[in-house]
Amino acid sequence: MNKAIITVVGKDTIGIIASVCQYLASKHINILDISQTIVQDYFNMMMIVDMQACEQAFEEISGDLNEIGQTLGVQVKCQREDIFNKMHRI
Amino acid sequence: MIHISEVIETNKMIEHENLDVRTITMGINLLDCADSRLDVLCENIYRKITTLAKDLVKSGDDIAREYGVPIVNKRISITPISLVGGSACQTPDDYVQIAKTLDAAAAKVGINFLGGYSAIVSKGMSRSDELLIRSIPKALASTQFICSSINVGSTKTGINMDAVRLMGEIIKETAEATKEKDSLGCAKLVVLCNAPDDNPFMAGAFHGVSEADAIINVGVSGPGVVKYALEQIREADFETLCETIKKTAFKITRVGQLVAQEASRRLGIPFGIIDLSLAPTPAIGDSVADILKEIGLEHPGAPGTTAALALLNDQVKKGGVMASSYVGGLSGAFIPVSEDQGMIDAVECGALSIEKLEAMTCVCSVGLDMIAIPGDTAASTISGIIADEAAIGMINQKTTAVRIIPVVGKGVGEIVEFGGLLGYAPIMQVNGFDCSRFVGRKGRIPAPIHSFKN
Repeated sequence: MNKAIITVVGKDTIGIIASVCQYLASKHINILDISQTIVQDYFNMMMIVDMQACEQAFEEISGDLNEIGQTLGVQVKCQREDIFNKMHRI
Repeated sequence: MIHISEVIETNKMIEHENLDVRTITMGINLLDCADSRLDVLCENIYRKITTLAKDLVKSGDDIAREYGVPIVNKRISITPISLVGGSACQTPDDYVQIAKTLDAAAAKVGINFLGGYSAIVSKGMSRSDELLIRSIPKALASTQFICSSINVGSTKTGINMDAVRLMGEIIKETAEATKEKDSLGCAKLVVLCNAPDDNPFMAGAFHGVSEADAIINVGVSGPGVVKYALEQIREADFETLCETIKKTAFKITRVGQLVAQEASRRLGIPFGIIDLSLAPTPAIGDSVADILKEIGLEHPGAPGTTAALALLNDQVKKGGVMASSYVGGLSGAFIPVSEDQGMIDAVECGALSIEKLEAMTCVCSVGLDMIAIPGDTAASTISGIIADEAAIGMINQKTTAVRIIPVVGKGVGEIVEFGGLLGYAPIMQVNGFDCSRFVGRKGRIPAPIHSFKN
């Protein structure tokens, strides 16, 4: 497993999840979990993904997702899972 | 499994509360570069630094991108150079040549500061130490990235007052040598007591002789995160206040620990320590002073400031120690004036004086840091200030330091602008009564009674 967390934050609009999922499938990235919530009128979505089968460098994926976010008018970030585990789990 | 609220919390700390890793500092031993021929020595130094640290900046940037946490500075600390240049350097100008070599190596690897243009003279000065010290004004005036530190005392050795006296003069000369840039050289020169061997923060970083050949030390930060956490519990009692600081410090430090281990793995260099300091920047919301205000002070400097700072410093350590496998360096709250907007405001409105800052240094990690004073302050007065700080460090078995800038041509109330992370500062009033007969005495102050523990 090579887990990463993808977050999408912004104004809700049609096709956000579809665009991100389509891209992930094309790169052989498996989605393990999806959750979403509204915080102060902002749409917050989080995906836990496994990048084990992905051939591209982490940096490329992260850059592509960033661009997809820009075209949709939302912020898309891809971060390695460790930072959240380290901070919130003893 | 990680919950979405935890992800949101972490990213909010990074995006809105200025959570970052302040520095990855690679410590490099240069003792094996020593040679009696200056040109060979310089070549050895340049080669060793540019080889070991060639991927430092790239690795730091990669880690920052992959984890989504900014890593503000990538830096290098080296063996105190007076130990390396002893047999090759016959004049202060020979040392300046080493400084220029170090500057070129720093530029080549792309770091923003290199620390260790240093000497440890806590008991006595060797000829080499003195040559290095006398070269500091010219070295800092002719380089961009070099930081210099001199350790003039320790709890074990007492205070070398001959070095304290000399450093008062050297600080004045450095101010004069860099007067075109508002005496900026002095912002890269610090005089320490009880300097640690593994400090990753500038200007006092050097790679002590107790260290391995190369090491990765990391300095964390995050005053904004602590302030935000305290805003959520405004009228709480001390127990809740302390618990909140501790928990926040734990989270901040865990990020530092992750970055340190990752940098160590990618660079193939052992992990040394995490420095738990709360380091402010001039950015709004990244201020230790703002935490003190949130704890309940109108401005830092008000009665209660020393107690509030003591509490903050202690809780940061308690939270941080559990988050990291090895803690070291300075580890405490920094209270620089120019690098902290809240401290600048406190000075400008008359709440904070040098004397109160001195009291605060008794309970926090460092000392009188980034304080601008009038350019016509006497060298003996600066030596007196250094002696006072060193005495606090010596007696309390802690690190203290003086990084003070006598800005040539400027007086009390005027503003000096250093730029970038160094910020800006109002020139502070210095007690003008004379201490030249005291600092003029030769020799050293003996080690205190509680140092004799054997």
